[in-house]
Amino acid sequence: MDKIVWAFLVVIVIGAGGALPAMAEDAALVVRPPDLTDSGKLLATGGVTQLEGAGGGGLVPWALITGYGTRDAIGANAHYTFVYLPQYILHSGGVAVGLFDRVELSYDRQAFDTRAAGVKLGLGSGFTFQQDILGAKVRLVGDAVYDQDSWLPQIAAGTQYKMNNQNAVIHAIGGRDSKGVDFYLAATKLFLSESLLINATIRETRANQFGILGFGGDKNNGYSTEFEGSATLLLSRQLAVGAEFRTKPDNLKFAKEGHAFDVFLAYFFNKNVSATLAFVALGDIATQRNQNGVYASLQVGF
Amino acid sequence: MISEGTRQKNRSALRTLLVAVCMFTAAIGAWSARADDTLYRGLGERVNLVRIIDYATDLWLIDARIKDTFDNLNIERFKGRLVDQLCELSGGPCRYAGRNMYESHKGLHLDRAQFNALVEGLQDGMDKYGVSFRVQNRLLAILAPMEHDIVTR
Repeated sequence: MDKIVWAFLVVIVIGAGGALPAMAEDAALVVRPPDLTDSGKLLATGGVTQLEGAGGGGLVPWALITGYGTRDAIGANAHYTFVYLPQYILHSGGVAVGLFDRVELSYDRQAFDTRAAGVKLGLGSGFTFQQDILGAKVRLVGDAVYDQDSWLPQIAAGTQYKMNNQNAVIHAIGGRDSKGVDFYLAATKLFLSESLLINATIRETRANQFGILGFGGDKNNGYSTEFEGSATLLLSRQLAVGAEFRTKPDNLKFAKEGHAFDVFLAYFFNKNVSATLAFVALGDIATQRNQNGVYASLQVGF
Repeated sequence: MISEGTRQKNRSALRTLLVAVCMFTAAIGAWSARADDTLYRGLGERVNLVRIIDYATDLWLIDARIKDTFDNLNIERFKGRLVDQLCELSGGPCRYAGRNMYESHKGLHLDRAQFNALVEGLQDGMDKYGVSFRVQNRLLAILAPMEHDIVTR
């Protein structure tokens, strides 16, 4: 476990080093004064913000670095996401920065309101799990947009450190930890001639329901390798429609955990505002069956 | 033993097959040659490319990010060359006679935001003159790798 963490940190630091040459330009060559907030990426190529705060789709982190800063600039954004399910409501809000189209840092806070189901679960009505998620992502190789003459996708490595505030409840339901670290490798490729964006992500995780129900459990306590995929069709510069799939571990004895699926519509008003609307099927959550609902997300930034 | 008759029959069957293969290959060739200019036709052919580039150039010349890079440039000749280039790249009957992308841009020290400003102007031009988004992206997919030669800082 510690080895994985260290290996990942090393990868991120080395990858981040790649951003340095962009900052150390030969001043004699600079014609245009550098604009650190250039919002120079093309519309929609910063993606939106996924459930845990990383740049991506709705459920899946992509290899794209969030925001509209090019490799000569920084981008940043804030988002709020609301997921309305039959028995629960999930709020997710946070901020993220993209540094020189190389490194992405994010903070997200999730609040999972159990509403009336909290009584059935013995937690009390409206009992809420809360978790803070610190994310980091580094682009390792490739460019999803410009490398149209190559099959190589843009590849990024990322990590999400999650801290849940309900340690006692997590242990009571068979969970092992209230803190956990996810690691992922994401590959994103824009097939521009087909107006199609494809993403595949592999995640190492111990999280139960994204970490909302803690990490590890009485059924399985180790890391699981999970797959996450997205396919997005660009309908115009401003509008994209897509579908996502995300497998999840099943670590707890008391409740079965399934896979997550969504179909989404993302609208980019401009480089400062985008909105995402989705239908999500999150499966069973903490004994409550078929948690299929609506996902709405707003992002503002540059 | 194979009789002479069977051998003759086999030979004529082989000849028929060869002819069929040749015709099939020719048909595929003709089909793909026709398919090759679908992008050119989707863009509205040369006459529409002229309109698109006129419009895009007007936008580029007032775009604070890139207008200065057009100083000392013969704008009419530039527009003609660009039309030729897009016409040829999209499968049309034109020849681009200008310098390669690296040579023609290296002195400008363009960054990626400036490259994208050019893309946005071109997209606005194609929107304005009725090129569908999917056809636009087929052209941009050909142009996108030029970023490696055009962006030099």
